[in-house]
Amino acid sequence: MDKLLLSVKNLEVVFPLRTGAVTAIRDVSFELNQGERIGIVGESGAGKSITAFAILNLISKPGYLASGSIEFDGIDLAEADEDLMRQIRGNRISMIFQDPMMTLNPVLTIGTQMEETILAHRDTSRDDARKIAIEKLKAVQIPSAETRLDQYPHELSGGMRQRVVIAIALLTDPQLIVADEPTTALDVTIQAEILELLLDLCNEFDVGLILITHDLGVVSQVTQRILVMYAGRIIEQGSTSSIIENPMHPYTKGLIGALPEMTTPGEKLNQIPGVMPSLQDIPSGCPFHNRCRYIQDVCRSRLPDLAKREERLIACHFPIQYD
Amino acid sequence: MFAFLVRRLGQAVIVMLVISLLSFSIQDQLGDPLRELVGQSVSEEIRNELREEMGLNDPFMVQYGRFLKNAVQGDLGTSYFFKRPALDVIMDKLPATIDLVIGATFWILLFSVPVGVFAAIRPHHWFSKVAMGVSIVGISVPVFLTAIFLIYLFAVELGWLPSYGRGDTVMLLGRWKTSLFTLDGLKHLLLPSISLASVILPLFVRMIRSEMMEVLETEYVKFAWAKGLHKRRIWMIHAFKNTLLPVITVGGVQLGIMVAYTILTETVFQWPGMGFMFLEAINRVDTPLIVAYLIIVGLIFVITNTVVDIIYGMVNPMVKITGQ
Repeated sequence: MDKLLLSVKNLEVVFPLRTGAVTAIRDVSFELNQGERIGIVGESGAGKSITAFAILNLISKPGYLASGSIEFDGIDLAEADEDLMRQIRGNRISMIFQDPMMTLNPVLTIGTQMEETILAHRDTSRDDARKIAIEKLKAVQIPSAETRLDQYPHELSGGMRQRVVIAIALLTDPQLIVADEPTTALDVTIQAEILELLLDLCNEFDVGLILITHDLGVVSQVTQRILVMYAGRIIEQGSTSSIIENPMHPYTKGLIGALPEMTTPGEKLNQIPGVMPSLQDIPSGCPFHNRCRYIQDVCRSRLPDLAKREERLIACHFPIQYD
Repeated sequence: MFAFLVRRLGQAVIVMLVISLLSFSIQDQLGDPLRELVGQSVSEEIRNELREEMGLNDPFMVQYGRFLKNAVQGDLGTSYFFKRPALDVIMDKLPATIDLVIGATFWILLFSVPVGVFAAIRPHHWFSKVAMGVSIVGISVPVFLTAIFLIYLFAVELGWLPSYGRGDTVMLLGRWKTSLFTLDGLKHLLLPSISLASVILPLFVRMIRSEMMEVLETEYVKFAWAKGLHKRRIWMIHAFKNTLLPVITVGGVQLGIMVAYTILTETVFQWPGMGFMFLEAINRVDTPLIVAYLIIVGLIFVITNTVVDIIYGMVNPMVKITGQ
C-alpha cells in the first residue's frame, strides 16, 4: 500500500530575468506514495504551479531547474532527457490545467485530441484508441460519449470541457495526476461535481494526485496531506485533518481563517494583512514576518528551518501550540 | 453552405456597385478625352458634336446608368487608343499578369511557411535572426528598386537571365497565353516574380512567425506538451493550424494587393500584363480602359476575398457556413 511513488528533494527553480535571477521555488521537498492524494496550497505566486510544472519538466522559459532531484518510480526526472520525459508526460504522469476553456485546442475535435494522446504512448490502432476514448468519457460521466468525439471544444460547456480534460488525463491509466487549480475557473455548483468525480476516479483507478489550489476548502475535501507554500518555500506540511483543525504556522492559520465558512454571515471576511513579498525582494529572516501577528525579533533576522514537530513539518520559530 | 454563398454573393454585388461608381466618377476628372481623340485642327463645333454623340454632355447619373447597363452585358466601354472594347484589351493582357502572380505566389508558398514556422520555433537560432533581418530589408525596399537591382545583377552584370519581356509562350485551350510551360518563358518569369514576391513574402514570413509564437504560448499548446505528444505533432497540428486562421484572412487580402503591385513590376520589366497596360492608359488618358481596369481589379479583390472567407470557414470549426 505505502509504496513510494514520487520523491522530490531540494527542488530549486530559477528564472534568469534581465533584472537578475529570481529563485521561484527553493528547497522544496516532499514525498508521495502510490495512490496518495496531496494538496499544495498557497497564494498566487507562492510557487505551487511551478512546483507542479517542474515535476514534468515543463517550466516556461526562461525558467529552469537549478538543482534538486525528482525521483518518480525509480527514474530521476530531473536528469531525464527530452525523449524519456515525453514518454512519461501524459502517460505515467498526467496533468489537468486550470481553465478548461483554454486547455483544449479549438480547431481539433475532442476525438482527435483524445486519440492522439493514446497513439503517442500506445502502439494501437485508431479504432482501438477511439474505444478507449469512449470508455474514459463514460468514466467521467459524459452523456452520449460517441457523438462528443466528433464535436469541437466550443460546442461543450465549461464543466463538460473539464470532464473531457480529466478523461484525457485518465486515457493512459497514469500513476499520478497533477491537477493545477482544476476547479478555479468553474462555477461553484460544478466545482463540487468535478472534485467529487476526481476523488472517485483516483480511488477507483488507484491514481496518485497532486492537487494545486489556493482554496483550502477544495483541498480538505479531496486530499490526505497538505503542503502549504509561501514565497517559494514549503512552510507547513502534515495530514489534511490535523492541519485544518490545528494549523501551527501563523500563515496557515490565517488562510483557514480567511475561508468564508469561518466567518459569521453578514460580517466582514477575515484576511491576512499585507501581501506576499515579491520573489525579487524577499525580506531577511522569515519571509512571512512582516505580516505575522506573533512576530518576535528573531523572526526578522533568522530564517526558520522546516523542522519536524509532532508528525508535522513546520518552518516557524514560534508555531502555534494546541493543548 | 448555399445560404452562405447567396449572402456572400449579395455582398459582392454591393461592393462591385460601389467600386464601379467610384471608378466611373473619376472619368470626368482626367481631362478632356476629346483632346486625345482628335487633333488640334478640329474646330470647337465638331468637338461639341462629337461630345453630344458620345453622350459626354449628359448628366452624370445618366452616363453612369448607361455605363452600368452596358457593363452588366460585358461591355466596359471602348478604349480610345486601341479602338477595341476595353474588356478585350484587358483580357489580352490578363494572362501575363496572372502568370506573374502565380510565379510570386509560388515563391511565397514555398518559403513563407517553413521560414516563418522555423523562426517561431527557434527564435534564437542564427537562421531566424538572419531571416528576420532580411525580411525587414525586403519590406522596406520598394519593388521597383529590387527589380532594378535584380536586372543589374542577373541580366546586366552576370548575363544569366533576360531583363524584359515574357519570352516564349504557349496557348492553353486556344485562348490563354502563358509562359509557364516553356523554359524560355520561365526564365523570363524568374526575375519579375521574385521582385513581386520581395515585398509580400517577408510580410508573410513575419506574420506567420509572430502568430505562431503567440499560439505556442497558449494553454492548449502547453497542454499538448503535457500530454506527451511528439514535438512535430505539437508544432504542425496544434500550433500551425491555429496560426493559419489569421494568416488566411490577411493573406487573402495581400494576394489582392499583389495584383496592384504588378503595376510597378510589370513597368520595370516591360512585362506585357495589365499593370503595364494601365500605366500606359493613364499616360494616354484612355479613360474607358482606366475605368475597366479598376473594375476588373476590384472584381479580382472581391473574388479572392470571398474564396478566402469560404476557406476560413472550412478551417475554423467555430465559423459555421450555414447562413445563420
